[in-house]
Parts: sequence; C-alpha cells; structure tokens
Amino acid sequence: MKLLLAYSLRNVWVRSSTAALTIAGLALVSLILLAVLMLGNGLNRALIESGSPDNVLLLRKGATTEIASGIYRDQAHIVRTLADIAQTSGGEPLAIPELVVLISLAKNGTDTLANVVVRGTRPDAFILRPQVRLSQGRPWQPGTTEIVIGAQIATRFLRDGIGSHLRIGKREWLVVGIAEAQGTAFESEIWGDVDQLMSAYGRDSYSSLTLRLSSSSAFQSIDDAIAADTRLLLQVKRERDYYRDKSMTMATFIRLLGFTFTFIFAVGAVLGGTMTMYGAVASRTREIGMLRALGFQPHQILSALLFESLTLGALAGLLAIGGGTALQFVTLSTMNFSTFSELAFRLTLTPASALSTMGFALGISMIGGIPPAIRAARLSVAAALRAPGR
Amino acid sequence: MTAPVVEFQRVSKSYFRGEQEIPVLKDFSLSVPPGRFLAIMGPSGSGKTTILNLVAGLDRPTQGTIRAAGLTVSQQGESDLARWRARHIGFVFQFYNLIPVLTAAENVELPLLLSTLTRQERATHVRAALGLVGLKDRIDHYPRQLSGGQEQRVGIARAIVSDPTILLADEPTGNLDRSAAEAVMALLTKLHRELNKTILMVTHDPRTADYAQETLHFDKGTVASS
Repeated sequence: MKLLLAYSLRNVWVRSSTAALTIAGLALVSLILLAVLMLGNGLNRALIESGSPDNVLLLRKGATTEIASGIYRDQAHIVRTLADIAQTSGGEPLAIPELVVLISLAKNGTDTLANVVVRGTRPDAFILRPQVRLSQGRPWQPGTTEIVIGAQIATRFLRDGIGSHLRIGKREWLVVGIAEAQGTAFESEIWGDVDQLMSAYGRDSYSSLTLRLSSSSAFQSIDDAIAADTRLLLQVKRERDYYRDKSMTMATFIRLLGFTFTFIFAVGAVLGGTMTMYGAVASRTREIGMLRALGFQPHQILSALLFESLTLGALAGLLAIGGGTALQFVTLSTMNFSTFSELAFRLTLTPASALSTMGFALGISMIGGIPPAIRAARLSVAAALRAPGR
Repeated sequence: MTAPVVEFQRVSKSYFRGEQEIPVLKDFSLSVPPGRFLAIMGPSGSGKTTILNLVAGLDRPTQGTIRAAGLTVSQQGESDLARWRARHIGFVFQFYNLIPVLTAAENVELPLLLSTLTRQERATHVRAALGLVGLKDRIDHYPRQLSGGQEQRVGIARAIVSDPTILLADEPTGNLDRSAAEAVMALLTKLHRELNKTILMVTHDPRTADYAQETLHFDKGTVASS
C-alpha cells in the first residue's frame, strides 16, 4: 500500500496552499497547548524541583509557608542533635536553620516594585542544595553583610550585579556573587548570612530548618522523633512535597485557563481541518469513485484519506514543537501566591510535552479527517464517477 | 455452446427522485459470449451507462438477474464485488480518471495493488501494459505531461494490466479529437483481436461503434435495434 500512501502525501503537496493554511491553524492550536504544558513544566521546575528528594523541611506546626513559620534557636539546636541527619565532610550535621524575609525591589528600568525573597542561611546551603551553584563571584563570608543573588534577580532587578549594594533591613549589603539554580525558585532569591539577617531584622527566631536525611528511608524516624519531643511542636515535610503544595494552586489555575483556551481553539481547528478534508474529498470525488470501481475497498479509501489528514497533523505537530523550542528562551515572571514574591521561570520543553503536543495535533487532525473520510468511503461509486472535477 | 460471459435476465432498473420513479431499464435481457466486442449506442439518459454499472456491480438492478464472469453480480455484497471487480473487470472512462499526482506507471499499477503480485512482478506487468498501448517511453510522465489521447491510452493500460475477463469502456473517445479517437479505437480493436478480450463499449458516436462486432441501439430503457 506504499503507492496509496504516496498518493496521499502527494495530494497534500499538490494542495500546498490550502494544506499550508490548515497546517498553520493546527500548528497554532497545538502551540497554545504546548505553551500551556511548558508553563506547567517551567513552574514545576521552578517550584517542585526546587526541593531535593532527601531534604526535609521543618516548619512551625500550622504554618503553611516559610514566611509564616517560626523556629526558635533552641528548637533548631535540638533538631541538629537528632540521628539520621547526613553530615558534612567536617562532621557537622547538614541541618541549616534559615530566615526568610521579603523585600521590595524595583524592576530594572521601571518604578514597578516586586517582592523578592531574601534567605538568611549558611554557606553549607550550597551542599544542601547542590542545584544552586555560583556562576560568578564568590560566596558570602559568614558574619558579614555580603550577599549572593540569584541569576533571575541579577537579570531583572540588579543589572549592575557584583559590587552593587542593596538595602535590606536597615543595612547596606554588598553583592559578591551570582548563583544559578537550574531554573528553580532559588534563582529568584537573595542569599546571605542568617545571623546578620536576623540581627538586621531584630528577629530571634528562624523561619525554617532544612536538613538532609542520612538515607531516604530515614524520613519516618525523623518525623517520629520530632513528633515525640514535646518541645519541638514542628511539622516535618519532604522539601519536594512542600514545594509541590506551594505550586499546586498556581499550576492548577494556569492549566485550567490554558486547557480551556486550548479546547476552544481546538474545536475551531478541528472544524478547519474537517473543511479542508471535505474540500479534498469533494474535489476528488471522481478519483475516489474510480478507485472503488477498480476494486479498492471502502476501508482502504478511508485509510488513505485519514493518512492524508494525519500527515497534515504531523506537520503541524512538528511546527508547534519547533515553535516550542524557540519559546524555551522566554523567561516569565509571576507572583508566587504562597510567598507573595516574584518568581521567574523559563518555559520548559520536555520530551513528554513534545509527545503530548504531537499526539494532540494528530488527534485533532484525525477527528477532523474522520467525517470526510467516512463520506468518501460511503460514496455511491456510480454517482461518484459522474461527479464533476477530478 | 460456450456460456455467456455477461448475461442480463429480465433486468429492470429504476431510480427514485423522492416518491417519483424514473425507469432506466425495462425488462432488459442480454447475452454476450466470451470474446465479443459489443457497442451500446443511444441518446443521453437512455440507460446505456447503467448497463455497464450493473455489469460491474457498481449499481444494483431493481429486478432481474445479472451474471458476469461466472458470478451472479446482482446477489453479491460490496466487499465480494470489489474483490471480483479487481480480478475480472477493466474500466476505460471517458475522462480517463487518471490520478494527477501519480505517474503513468503508478496509475497503471493501481489495480495490481489489489493482487498478490510482488513489486517486481507488478513493475513487469506495468511495463508490458504500457508497451502494449505504445507508451513505454512515457512511464514516468505525469498525466499533465501527456496529451488527451496518451492519457486515454494510459487509462486503457490500467484497464488491461490485471488481464481482466471483461473490459468496460464508457465513451472512451468522448473527450478526444478524431485522430486520437481513431488511435484509441484501433488499440481497443487490437486488444479484442489479439487478446480475445470481451469488450462492452458505450458510445453515442456511430463511427466509434463501427469498430465493434455488434451494436445495440438503446432508447428509453429498451433495445431499439441491433
């Protein structure tokens, strides 16, 4: 049946102008879907993937975010003495209490203010979160008012970068490094010394404590140990679950909105594809009648026309994925509703979203191709042979 | 006595426009022995194309029985008829009905796709059929690169490539000038004489009908004369 497939492909080529318009329509709708998926992927990467699977986050009981949480110094000391915590090469427990505050910064070249997360932490945070790496400069010196800014902060707020000063909590802080974090939320944060930040804000408690488990299976024993100690009153979450919860509302909202638009546009694309294929069938009625007269079965005609329709869909899918590849260079920012801070993220193309887009393009082209193909397969041969045109 | 290759027994055919019945064939009987070249003439709407459609099973009679190439055509299902047509019926159409996006060779190969022949065997048959109609040097030409007469010869090559029992030609010269028409008719005559093909040809042109062994004159659904 290679010849019948060649027949379908060449028909697409012959009707190149109408086929191109149909492909463009299908591709645009598929690109909308892909953009929605890429938004979701970008948010996932920025938020969910900010968490490491072996890291555990401790918050005050009842608190849903680090901003609203509080952990006293003595509580942090007790936690650091627990078993099942991984250790640094120096033998210290890899458990870092952190303070998270928000500051307002003006975006580059505008007066528009946006909230930015400032995280007071310790240099071991780079070990705790290996996805965060210095791309320029050096880490802050403990006990100083030096800071490292995330790459997105450098791009969107502090174009002068290293050497510039920033006022945080009534103190001037010196930018000494810029960090990249593989597209995660940490790229939208400012990191500095936790004790200096607590002092600058007059705080005597941390916001949270993040620790690395000695093994992934140690989560339950840590959870049990903290629950059993009445002094702690802390809740224990895997870091990844914490970020997943934070991203849930925003990701659901974006997906719902995106899928609604995609569905509406998809209906239009299906109608467009159907009209194109009806046109293709109408202009080839006699040709189809001839094939049936020669002895081709209705299902063979149906397959050839569906293949033609799927070819349009496949080309549209490829075009959409090409567009999606270009969209990867786009960085968007939004308000993180759980921290009320600016969150920048890149549209992220994954193999799964590319496959979904191709499946979607093929699906809508198939749905559009089925009614005309059925009509062609059911044509009365004698009537088809009398039809005008090809 | 040789059994007829096409036989109509008291066949009637009517079309319906709403409730209105439009009779096309009335109590028509016909017997065509193998190797006969029969022309069917008549004015437009006289039912001559309907006879070809009924022979090929593209249309069904309202009454009566039709047998062709060993099959009771009027009693078969669509799928069986399609398979039978692929084996026993060759079509030559007035407007050639070549597929414009396929080359001459590919157009001729179409009926062979329904056979069990290998690709190489199909190519051999295609070359032989195009050679028989004198178009061996036009194998890779597309229909738009051929004249009307050449297109019809490709159509004839497609009709004979699977060596069908019956050749049905519906106004094969209806779209050609005189000289091209004569060349096409000479070719059909040659196929009839050399390959002993049974040919049923519908035409309204007496000069085309003269090439046949026998002519049926049709009018208002019945044979006016023969």
